[in-house]
Amino acid sequence: MTVTTTGAATPAAQPTDGVNVSIDGIEMNVPKGTLVIRVAEQLGVAVPRFCDHPLLDPVAACRMCLVEIEGQPKPQPACAITVTEGMKVRTQLTSQIADEAQKGVMEFLLINHPLDCPICDKGGECPLQNQAMANGRGESRFDGVKRTFPKPINVSAQILLDRERCVSCARCTRFAEQIAGDPFIDLLERGAKQQVGIGDDSPFDSYFSGNTVQICPVGALTSAKYRFRSRPFDLVSTPTICEHCASGCGLRTDVRRSTVLRRQAWDNPEVNEEWNCDKGRFAFGYQTDGRIEHPLVRDETGELVAASWPEAIAIAAAGLKASGSGSAVFTGGRLTVEDAYSYAKFARVILGTDNIDFRARAATQEEAGFLAAHVAGRFDGPTYADLEKAPVVLLVDFEPEDESPIVFLRLRKGLRRGVRVASIAPFASAGLTKLNGSLLVTAPGAQPTVLATLTDNTASDQAAETSRLLRESGAVILVGERAAQTPGTLTAVAALSAATGARIAWIPRRAGERGALDSGAMAGLLPGGRPIDNDQARAQVAAEWGVDVDALPAVGQSLTQIVATVHADNEAIAAAPDPAKVERSITSLLIAGVEAGDLADPAAFLAAVDSVPFVVSLEQRHSEVTQRADVVLPVAAAAEKAGAFTNWEGRTQTFGQVLREALTMSDSRVLSMIARDMGVDFGRGDIAEIRAEFRRIGPWAGARAELADSDIVEGHELASGDVVVATWRPLLDRGVLQEGDPYLAATARPVVARISRATADAIGASDVVVVSTPVGSIDVPVTITDMPDDVIWMPLNSQGSSLRSELGVGQGDVVHISGGAE
Amino acid sequence: MSDERRFFRGFAVPFRQMFKKPNTEYYPEEKTPTAPRFHGRHQLNRHPDGLEKCIGCELCAWACPADAIFVEGAPNTDEERYSPGERYGRVYQINYLRCILCGLCIEACPTRALTMTNEYELADDSRAKLIYEKEDLLGPLLAGMAMPPHQMYPGTTETDYYLGNVLGAAAVQSGEAEARRLGTWISEDADEEAVS
Repeated sequence: MTVTTTGAATPAAQPTDGVNVSIDGIEMNVPKGTLVIRVAEQLGVAVPRFCDHPLLDPVAACRMCLVEIEGQPKPQPACAITVTEGMKVRTQLTSQIADEAQKGVMEFLLINHPLDCPICDKGGECPLQNQAMANGRGESRFDGVKRTFPKPINVSAQILLDRERCVSCARCTRFAEQIAGDPFIDLLERGAKQQVGIGDDSPFDSYFSGNTVQICPVGALTSAKYRFRSRPFDLVSTPTICEHCASGCGLRTDVRRSTVLRRQAWDNPEVNEEWNCDKGRFAFGYQTDGRIEHPLVRDETGELVAASWPEAIAIAAAGLKASGSGSAVFTGGRLTVEDAYSYAKFARVILGTDNIDFRARAATQEEAGFLAAHVAGRFDGPTYADLEKAPVVLLVDFEPEDESPIVFLRLRKGLRRGVRVASIAPFASAGLTKLNGSLLVTAPGAQPTVLATLTDNTASDQAAETSRLLRESGAVILVGERAAQTPGTLTAVAALSAATGARIAWIPRRAGERGALDSGAMAGLLPGGRPIDNDQARAQVAAEWGVDVDALPAVGQSLTQIVATVHADNEAIAAAPDPAKVERSITSLLIAGVEAGDLADPAAFLAAVDSVPFVVSLEQRHSEVTQRADVVLPVAAAAEKAGAFTNWEGRTQTFGQVLREALTMSDSRVLSMIARDMGVDFGRGDIAEIRAEFRRIGPWAGARAELADSDIVEGHELASGDVVVATWRPLLDRGVLQEGDPYLAATARPVVARISRATADAIGASDVVVVSTPVGSIDVPVTITDMPDDVIWMPLNSQGSSLRSELGVGQGDVVHISGGAE
Repeated sequence: MSDERRFFRGFAVPFRQMFKKPNTEYYPEEKTPTAPRFHGRHQLNRHPDGLEKCIGCELCAWACPADAIFVEGAPNTDEERYSPGERYGRVYQINYLRCILCGLCIEACPTRALTMTNEYELADDSRAKLIYEKEDLLGPLLAGMAMPPHQMYPGTTETDYYLGNVLGAAAVQSGEAEARRLGTWISEDADEEAVS
């Protein structure tokens, strides 16, 4: 059972406009409008309840919280009555009437509740069990036949519904309607037949469906993932932070015998409140199946073979030392703050290079400049609380439901307080519709133009209203990582912010990106957002690192630039009369969690990895990079190490080691071993040491480089049948961290391509559209959508629609489409 | 008292014992039966058709004051059924190095799956051997029982099992068990047979 006092101010805070009430004879002064049940909570009086939830509207459905109120003829539900001046409430502790009423309700609820606690997943942590013991009769007087239903039905692939256990508290249906906005689950029938259910052809495929399992006060809703796996007394729980996206949800991870069995949302009022998304809740199978178990090195024949740690570390250290400043480090976006900081320091101090990039996705120099100027090491941006109060929240290349689900839930909450949402996107997505947002229709590539009209206040229609609201105090612009894919967008966002005063928040998809940025895991930036070409910044960091200022490298290259450099080297070697004499500028790569398929040009990246002489990969699971690496070192997954993630707000939240007996080592620890083998002291990779050092460096307060103006790329000349791609990644897709969770994968939204009616007519598409590029061709089911012509939207990396690897395109690129065969 | 008298008096007790019946138990050559409700080794019982009574609820593990029982439940499926109903005990271990044979577990068992036998010879030469697995604890297949996994008695629900309406394995159940033993079982046929 979840009991919080969220939203209830302390009685002493506002004595003047409070009301005086008495609960069980104890006088209280509480703010007007407080619910009786909350006042009782403040006193420590637990009134039994099922339907009441502090984050849902009161409904008084279960009638369990009946209390006696002086002057009222009958007991009243404490969860739905607000206090009034002079109200005298007596709970079951002092009133026999209330106690009898509660016992009666409990007996009534148990009439149809089956006695199948032994096979019920909720057994042991069940509010109905607990309250039946505390507030029920010892014996049942009912000897009739209980109402039964056929045993559990799948309301989705992941969620199972046992209707006979339901006490019709409507927590799940209220959550679906009020919080998630997915009213796929509702109360059906009436009277004794009342039951929770779904429509015949609409499964409960919400991204937030797992929350209903957690808030169900009986075992009516259970998840296929946890079904029959454990009892609460078997579990060891650790508070953790979700590693799946930049929302930064607090979670509770439950472990039985060194296996993670369940993750639940933790009460974290400033971030995720008490909710999380299904990906964070159910996607943890990747940590157990298909992991790399031993260090791997190349044998004489070039095959990867298992090796001992000292052997593999020695080879990695020798190769990296030989390469030195000719190395480059790609960290990926999934590292903890501590690990990202270790890579940043390792590159500068041990390797002597600034060639480091955490952005394992399409990225540009414009983005690097934007991040350095507006995001890195700055903690003055908007927070979740600001989203609730903003007059308008403008979404730029950002789809909150898919890319940062808790932002979506906060905007939904803000919506009820009058927050307006506007989105610069090609069509109104399901998420935007649920946010009641206004769409500023924008074809891919036109974002800078639309932003410019908002900046100049020359927009028309809906955009004019948005433009006006952006100038009000508290307005927020949320810009997604996809903005980097359209040149000029981030510059235009910065200009819009400067013109209107609206604050910017950059929301990447991955959990580690903001932390990596703040830690200095990007070329040109030292920890805390310090420009590497600033003398004062260099001096501060050099002092903390105990190195000479001149030893710190000059500005290095981004991932994209390094790949280009490697290919330039290759061409130079191919063209040279004596290839052996041509020296490569990049001679080794140190790669953490980089998935080639996420990059703008996977083929070019893999070719670059192939041609660089020495590659070290620190990975959890086998990937296209580990196949090409000379040394593969296995590292700990999120549950196997302690650490911290910085979410999009800049809020750094630490978490403990969940699997305490895990033998895997964190990236920091492995890096320190490599450094030691090179003969350099790099600490022990100890998390407290790293945190303390990073804290001493602190954020940069000095001058930052201005964001240079970026050229806006003119629209493409489209031939007949050519369309421009708009795309993002849905929450559930082919992501590596979702592997090993078939029930979760089955709740992913169906893969469809979206085109406008006119575009469909032009190519004669009906059900299926064939999308082709010089790289390849795929068939995708098509949905006609109200959107600009000559634009196609497809999921970026879903089953049957992997644009990067199958077509070699991303947002803003051109593909050819034709009508599919019937 | 003289020294002689004191000396011989000391032999009085052994002398009296010479005429008493010896109390020696010739264990292990001769074994005396225990009291009928002696708390010995546990047994996991079966329904009359051979399906397991254990539903993997872990109430025994919960009740255990010595933390000697480890249970993991799992869902039954139509292809592979070990007990009537939705859930069965996939893993069942009792650690007899910890067990104090108090019997709280059998009191907690909601299906009478777990009972205790009179077997008390629980000694062995390694720790691992004293952790009894499910196959060590399951009761023998008696006459009329078929080895799970197999389907439920045709036309019954789990309620019938608890009401005692199932008295032995039907031909389809025994047939399925035999086919599985021989490795010739195909689950689609089972549905047709059950219907016919």
